[in-house]
Amino acid sequence: MGQITLQGVQKSFGPVHIIKGADLDIADGSFVVFVGPSGCGKTTLLRLIAGLEDVTGGAILIDGRNVVDVPPAKRGLSMVFQSYALYPHMSVRGNIAFGLKMAGIAKDEINRKVEAAAATLNLTPYLDRKPRELSGGQRQRVAIGRAIVREPKAFLFDEPLSNLDAALRVQMRLEVTRLQKQLGTTAIYVTHDQVEAMTMADKIVVLNGGKIEQYGSPLELYEKPANLFVAGFIGSPKMNFVTGELAKQQGATTIGVRPEHLKVERDGQGGWHGTVSVAEHLGSDTFLYVDAGPQGMLTARYIGELDLHPGDKVSLIPDPARIHRFDDSGKSIHA
Amino acid sequence: MARMVTTRRKVISTAAAWLVGFLIFFPILWMVLASFKTELEAFAIPPSFLFFHWTTENYVTVQERSDYFHHALNSIIIAGGSTLIAMLIAIPAAWSMAFSPTKRTKDVLLWMLSTKMMPPVGVLVPIYLIFRTVGLLDTRTGLVFILCLGNLPIVIWMLFTYFKEIPKDILEAARMDGATIGRELIYVLTPMAVPGLASTLLLNLILAWNEAFWTLNLSTLEAAPLTVFIASYSSPEGLFWAKLSAASTLAIAPILVLGWFSQRQLVRGLTFGAVK
Repeated sequence: MGQITLQGVQKSFGPVHIIKGADLDIADGSFVVFVGPSGCGKTTLLRLIAGLEDVTGGAILIDGRNVVDVPPAKRGLSMVFQSYALYPHMSVRGNIAFGLKMAGIAKDEINRKVEAAAATLNLTPYLDRKPRELSGGQRQRVAIGRAIVREPKAFLFDEPLSNLDAALRVQMRLEVTRLQKQLGTTAIYVTHDQVEAMTMADKIVVLNGGKIEQYGSPLELYEKPANLFVAGFIGSPKMNFVTGELAKQQGATTIGVRPEHLKVERDGQGGWHGTVSVAEHLGSDTFLYVDAGPQGMLTARYIGELDLHPGDKVSLIPDPARIHRFDDSGKSIHA
Repeated sequence: MARMVTTRRKVISTAAAWLVGFLIFFPILWMVLASFKTELEAFAIPPSFLFFHWTTENYVTVQERSDYFHHALNSIIIAGGSTLIAMLIAIPAAWSMAFSPTKRTKDVLLWMLSTKMMPPVGVLVPIYLIFRTVGLLDTRTGLVFILCLGNLPIVIWMLFTYFKEIPKDILEAARMDGATIGRELIYVLTPMAVPGLASTLLLNLILAWNEAFWTLNLSTLEAAPLTVFIASYSSPEGLFWAKLSAASTLAIAPILVLGWFSQRQLVRGLTFGAVK
């Protein structure tokens, strides 16, 4: 079991409030991603759950028990650090076994568990190597091995893939997701990369300035962002925002349209007119950065190749069903 | 063209390095040579460099006049004992300052270092009187005690710098893995700090071995280490250069050998963190 509940969790360092009251319910077995810009408090929130920092206020419940005064190791969680934090003087076997050794488990059982974990992660040939003799991806796997071998109630991942190169990151992303589903263990994963968040999460927590902006499934966040911040943060390229007269016509202060919901027409009649300033041709997609006069710079995404070049006149027609409306406090207006 | 300049520069800098090295080494070489001369040859002008009458009589005289091994044993006990005790105190002290610093940690460190800025002679009289009262004069215990205290600030400073280099993440990982503070210290921190610990140990050993001020003032014969043994050869009857050299050679030989074998460790330890 690994159900984690946060109730009004607060953290301040002196006069600086890092976490301003977080309430959250993480279901057993789910994969939850904390995402947000740098300094939004996502890592601090993870460290509070881990017990590496003490809360200033509120309660953290793991399977119904308040653990704020429980030391990290007794919370039954394991953590994968951004820097991997492997013990450099120990072999891979030593690294994975360390937690079990500290728990006073019998040697035979430790060996059995370590070997099982190594097999799961394809680390068996490297068990007797030192971390410095491993590649980045292998080190990452050792760090994960160290976490899974203890059979924790939940895994805590602190930006574990950010030190890997792009190709390896995609591969490890898949492996982590697959492993988590296979083990069925609750996972909390911190990242600033919204693609990682969208692809890995069952549920995403969007954090900004120490506050939870929205908690929901990736598609909920994409389709029904709670406010301007979430709307701008989730989705790539970013949502287009238009203010002024056009927004007022829709009964909103700001309206937002995602680049993929703007239909691009050459010399079209309706919609918003503009001039292409940059066109990015990826083959599978075409990204157009269009100077649309009063509406400002707009981004449009076309699936497939579109033969447009800087200087070409286009009109962009927003999908009326996909226009997001926000009031003057930035909150979403739902019809 | 550029290549030629580099080669020439390399030759010049290599030659310069050898020259400086030789200049530093020369007094030791001269001392060793003098120890094999007769007293007359030892201060002959012009001095003879290699072509003199080689003799080992000085060593025989020195061992007959004073017991080298007695003093050497004292040196080993005093330097080794004070170093070990200093390390045992300094490891937890440096550990706590490096990993759970408070607002006052910097002040404490600076205060410790400031005690090294005071000239020892300033406290010689009170310490001498205390030693006399408690019966520590001319005892190995007393010298171990005073050298340990004298070097403790340096040991703590060095260890503090090494511990600072250890990533905090690794210690947090150990905490997540369920290591208590003691086990964290034994299984994670200490093994990772081995290069730093080793060079601190070696440096402190050398400092304690060479320490002359306290050993000369607080011991006479029973507890006297090799520093006192050397000093006894600068006698009021005049300097006996050859014998003094023989005594000095004997006194520095152990530490020279130790330094020679551990030079790699020493250099690595002292530049730890500078090059990553």
